[in-house]
Amino acid sequence: MEKFDTFTGLVAPMDRANVDTDAIIPKQFLKSIKRSGFGQNLFDEWRYWDHGEPGMDAAQRQPNPDFVLNQPRYRGVQILLARANFGCGSSREHAPWALQDYGFRVIIAPSFADIFFNNCFKIGLLPIILDTSALDRLFDAAKSTEGYRLTVDLQQQTVTTPYNESFTFEIDTFRKHCLLNGLDEVGLTLQHAEKIKQFEINRHNEQPWLF
Amino acid sequence: MQTLYDKLWNQHVVHIESDDPSSMALIYIDRHLVHEVTSPQAFESLKLAGRKPWRLNSILAVADHNVPTTDRSQGIHDPISRLQVDTLDQNCDELGITEFKMNDLRQGIVHVIGPEQGATLPGMTVVCGDSHTSTHGAFGCLAFGIGTSEVEHVLATQCLLMKKSKSMRISVEGRLGLGVAAKDIALAIIGEIGTAGGTGYAIEFSGNAIRALSMEGRMTLCNMAIEAGARAGMVAVDDTTIDYIKGRPFAPQGELWDRAAAYWRTLHSDDGAVFDRTVSLDAAHIKPQVTWGTSPEMVTTIDSVVPDPALENDDVKRHDMQQALNYMGLQANTPIAQISIDKVFIGSCTNSRIEDLRAAAQVAKGKHIAANIKLALVVPGSGLVKKQAEQEGLDRVFRAAGFEWREPGCSMCLAMNDDRLLPGERCASTSNRNFEGRQGPGGRTHLVSPAMAAAAAIAGHFVDVRKLDT
Ligand code: SF4
Repeated sequence: MEKFDTFTGLVAPMDRANVDTDAIIPKQFLKSIKRSGFGQNLFDEWRYWDHGEPGMDAAQRQPNPDFVLNQPRYRGVQILLARANFGCGSSREHAPWALQDYGFRVIIAPSFADIFFNNCFKIGLLPIILDTSALDRLFDAAKSTEGYRLTVDLQQQTVTTPYNESFTFEIDTFRKHCLLNGLDEVGLTLQHAEKIKQFEINRHNEQPWLF
Repeated sequence: MQTLYDKLWNQHVVHIESDDPSSMALIYIDRHLVHEVTSPQAFESLKLAGRKPWRLNSILAVADHNVPTTDRSQGIHDPISRLQVDTLDQNCDELGITEFKMNDLRQGIVHVIGPEQGATLPGMTVVCGDSHTSTHGAFGCLAFGIGTSEVEHVLATQCLLMKKSKSMRISVEGRLGLGVAAKDIALAIIGEIGTAGGTGYAIEFSGNAIRALSMEGRMTLCNMAIEAGARAGMVAVDDTTIDYIKGRPFAPQGELWDRAAAYWRTLHSDDGAVFDRTVSLDAAHIKPQVTWGTSPEMVTTIDSVVPDPALENDDVKRHDMQQALNYMGLQANTPIAQISIDKVFIGSCTNSRIEDLRAAAQVAKGKHIAANIKLALVVPGSGLVKKQAEQEGLDRVFRAAGFEWREPGCSMCLAMNDDRLLPGERCASTSNRNFEGRQGPGGRTHLVSPAMAAAAAIAGHFVDVRKLDT
């Protein structure tokens, strides 16, 4: 996993609540057995007029010019502002993969669905929770100011506006540590291999029907 | 005094970072269910890292999302779907993982076959790369969906890194009315607490209305816990649980059975255990539910009307409601019973078990689907459910009524195979998600119980099952 450090990125607003993972990446694209290439179908049904199927050439598609990410001002976007319960629905990690592949590194919302939130950390996409009033202000600023950028500092746990206004966010220390250092969680867990084996032996003795 | 969730959690902590109960813990996983959509990338990464599955006999695999529900003798014609199913077969064969292949009688939706085989047992941690893994919590186990990186993590380490959730008790007391089903309880709860109401919580469903439910009903309820935002839903173990498991292929037998059953009986919340949140519902007040929008919380009762966004004070909510009505092609204040439909889907991991099919068949018996219904599908949850239903003659009831009787799989719940809605088509569906495009691009989904879906097929529009004279 890539290390996450401080960066400043262009911001786009996605002004709707309960954006589900079916909307983030529709199911026909889940048939892929790869981890990459989902970015071109991110928000496919909102983003294009025509119906998307795997293997289509994006250049031949009909983009919906009204969809927020299709507006030229958001080209190169890295930070998504979202509303409550972002990422609800299925457990598909394809949703964070698609967001990351499109170029997003941070999603800021007042709340996220649990599994989506969890999945983001596994790939180094940072979901940040800010309160609704902070988000309302960021939404206003991002909509009214072309080229609006925010700076995210993971070490300091802050989101900073171009006017140097800062919002602090919470993050679990373990997750922060993994992101900052780009650590492989499987490798970390395997450091406890002996403990896992011992646990398994005890469990086998107590509840042999499980094995 | 512990909640059921506390007991299950404590039983599985291998390691915890600090004494702070909210810190990351390494949790041991007893059962890992695998399907074709969320596993290929996990197997690939595992291989690339030169790792092997930690404990093969914890894994049970099945292809369900992409499989055709029509004649399977020709295989899968869509090459991309076929590749995904073949990839699962290859991975399982190569590693020695137990898999029910597409033409195995035991094949079916992963959340139907786990319990059916006795592979889901009380006291277990059960995971699967699928959000509806919450279904298995009906057995007094801790079951939740995970993403692909976590699938890889469990394959490689038999553990998951996680934080303990908060606990919520939803108690439903009283007697359900005739014609009101577990699905209606689930939707009524989501209507009450919202799709994010359970976020951050593990929900225990309790109360005498829950104890009165069959295992099928409890599975329907726990299945929908994720639609309320909760990763896990659960029900305490009682006789109903233990009777259901007895004699199933993966369940313990003989002396081990007695030991297991004695332990399972301890899997309930202690009297006086404290929950972070409690919600109560009166079963007698729950009516048949129908969703009108594009989120399961956009739900109302059969005797009601499509709500009016103009009456909503919250700006974001009003806007979402309007957007949902536009997508659904509905006018505010239309009586639900006047909404006519094009297709009917009875199936999915929510409602494709034998009891669900019986409830639907009872309504369809001796009747015929309405002229405006273009397709009414019944898709059993597994090959074994299908066989049982055929032994009971349910297939003949459905066929005579104009329904199609299909092979088991996810089917039109998410339309990854050929079963789908066309743009603008309206469907009465027993599945769990009414998101935009879920059952096909532009398709309009109304979530209902099996009896309500069958009744809608017969009438051509939604009707109140409580008023049918069956
Ligand atoms: S039936 Fe539907 S919800 Fe259930 S596992 Fe299949 S696709 Fe998912």
